[in-house]
Amino acid sequence: MSDAATAPLSSPKPAMAKWLPRLEAVAIPLAALICGLAVFSLFLLTQGKSPIEFYALIYKAGFSTAFSWQNTLSRVAPLLFAGLCVALPARLGLVVIGGEGAIALGGLAAAVLGAGLTGTSPVVGLPVMFAGAALVGGAWIGSVGWLRIRRGVNETIASLLMAYIAIALMNHLVEGPFRDPASLNKPSTAPLADALRVGDMPVGVEVHWGFAFGVLACVISWLLMDRTTLGFAARIAGDNIRAAQVQGLPVGKLVIGFTALGGAFAGLAGFFEVTAIHGSANASLVAGYGYTGILVAFLARHNPLAIIPVAVLLAGFEASSGLIQRRMDLPDATILVMEGIVFVVILLSETLYGRLPIFALRFWEART
Amino acid sequence: MTDIGLWGVPLAILGGAIRVSTPFLFVSLGECLTERSGRINLGLEGTLVFGAMTGYAVAYQSGSPWLGVLAAALAGALFGLFHGWICKFRGVNDIAIGIAMMLLGMGLAFYFGKPYIQLVAPDLPAIPLGWWSSVPQIQAALQVNALFIIGGLLALALHWMFRATRIGLTIRVVGDSTDAARAIGLNPDTVRLLATAAGGALAGIGGAYLSLYYPGSWNEGISSGQGLMAVALVIFARWNPINCFWAALLFGGAGALGPALQSVGVTQGYYLFFAAPYVLTLALLILTSSPDKALHGAPGELSITK
Repeated sequence: MSDAATAPLSSPKPAMAKWLPRLEAVAIPLAALICGLAVFSLFLLTQGKSPIEFYALIYKAGFSTAFSWQNTLSRVAPLLFAGLCVALPARLGLVVIGGEGAIALGGLAAAVLGAGLTGTSPVVGLPVMFAGAALVGGAWIGSVGWLRIRRGVNETIASLLMAYIAIALMNHLVEGPFRDPASLNKPSTAPLADALRVGDMPVGVEVHWGFAFGVLACVISWLLMDRTTLGFAARIAGDNIRAAQVQGLPVGKLVIGFTALGGAFAGLAGFFEVTAIHGSANASLVAGYGYTGILVAFLARHNPLAIIPVAVLLAGFEASSGLIQRRMDLPDATILVMEGIVFVVILLSETLYGRLPIFALRFWEART
Repeated sequence: MTDIGLWGVPLAILGGAIRVSTPFLFVSLGECLTERSGRINLGLEGTLVFGAMTGYAVAYQSGSPWLGVLAAALAGALFGLFHGWICKFRGVNDIAIGIAMMLLGMGLAFYFGKPYIQLVAPDLPAIPLGWWSSVPQIQAALQVNALFIIGGLLALALHWMFRATRIGLTIRVVGDSTDAARAIGLNPDTVRLLATAAGGALAGIGGAYLSLYYPGSWNEGISSGQGLMAVALVIFARWNPINCFWAALLFGGAGALGPALQSVGVTQGYYLFFAAPYVLTLALLILTSSPDKALHGAPGELSITK
């Protein structure tokens, strides 16, 4: 074909023009993930450890049997919610990394409301706790968006400072006003009544309902972001805030709304940690899910649907941490090193978008 | 012991401010240098923790705390070089890279630092500037570490460098306009690479202070976000090294508030006092930011203010 301009309809190019960017969006992060794991393998080799044994143990502990899948899936829920707390603001161009604080306060809200609602029916109690956690988390992270819009405060630093403040606030309230006098060694709120605990899904493996709600949250976020005019407006604001303002889009409301939605999801992570795992709010709520969520969101390139497989993968990594420590005599920080290396390589791969000829339409036109 | 009653509180805050502020001082001076060149390194928290581990490990192995400080500075410079090198690529976000480097720095520090948690390394010596007083609280408050004094002198030196030297002018030009820098034959990437490396080295020294002087031991909770607060502190200090010094003292004082009140028997709300530096940082950030105009004194190429 010599004259490409006259023949666009007779070739399969419209389909290609549609699929090439999608292929690029999957292939580059996947290749970066593999590269990151390869770099981490080199690190293991310098430490005299076998990368093959390492990855075999991850497979064994995280993904091989029904029991290991249960181990993995029970850790997915907070990563889904925490990943959304980073991904939704990121689509508007905001780097919000303080989800840990919203998890802590959301969990505390659920526990305090639950303690007050002892004896009520779960049909009333659980929705109130659910809404309370979402509201507190949403208000906490939403105020980061508000500060950004109304005061020009950098959202990255503000959200992280607020995470420290939130954790201190939670510790203060758990050790002071809301402390259950019976919790001696580990200050906690009063334990939830059994009726107000969230149980496992009826699917054969012991995975609590947080997983289903987390997946649902990802799907809803995807629909909202990629299939509604609201999400379209948000993405325009993320790409070019001036253009969005010129178009008359309510940039301020979009930013505050989506940061608040992300915060509400982080609050729900706290809700499920308290109602399905711990049974009360205490220092265990601060387990680092908010920070792993940052990695989840960046690996998924802030696509809510992609968050689901990425969160499962990272949950599997973290589920196998204990076995790796015991079998290979590696410190628990090994997983953190791996996550750090993968994170850096993933960000480095951002430079490849639009630059690899194999994903360009012209490359294929020249061959048809 | 002389009874000085409630006077013990301001004295303890002063002493605490000097003790607590030193890591803030070094990290903020490092971040100031990096940001003046037009790049932001959010990863200094990881550099700080890795510097604390390196300093402690080398001081333990060699028996010399100053060798530990040197090693921490070198490790910090390596982290800075890595950050600067990655940011050179098109389309790579320096803030996101900073977050990744923060995770990586902490991961590596915890990984390599595990064997050193129980061990005892030699501390950096303190200079008793309170020798003239017979009041033990004053003597305690004025036990000043040499690194604090070095940091203060460094702030003056950096201020002079930005104002009056060729290097300072080069950094400022690169920070204010990449295009202008290219037009006069400077290579912005190289200048930023070096500024990030130097900033990383300073953050590494700040970390070594944490593990070798105050609190003076290595564990995984050694840093409570000083590296991040320093980034906010630089904004509050309007990218001026002298202001960084005063801001670091102020933050140190806020951090010393809780322990000082505890020492006179106020134990209520320990966690709230613990949060004081974060609340102060956030409040100052809100007060000094503005929604519609670029921050006064901000380098023009800085992504955080654009």
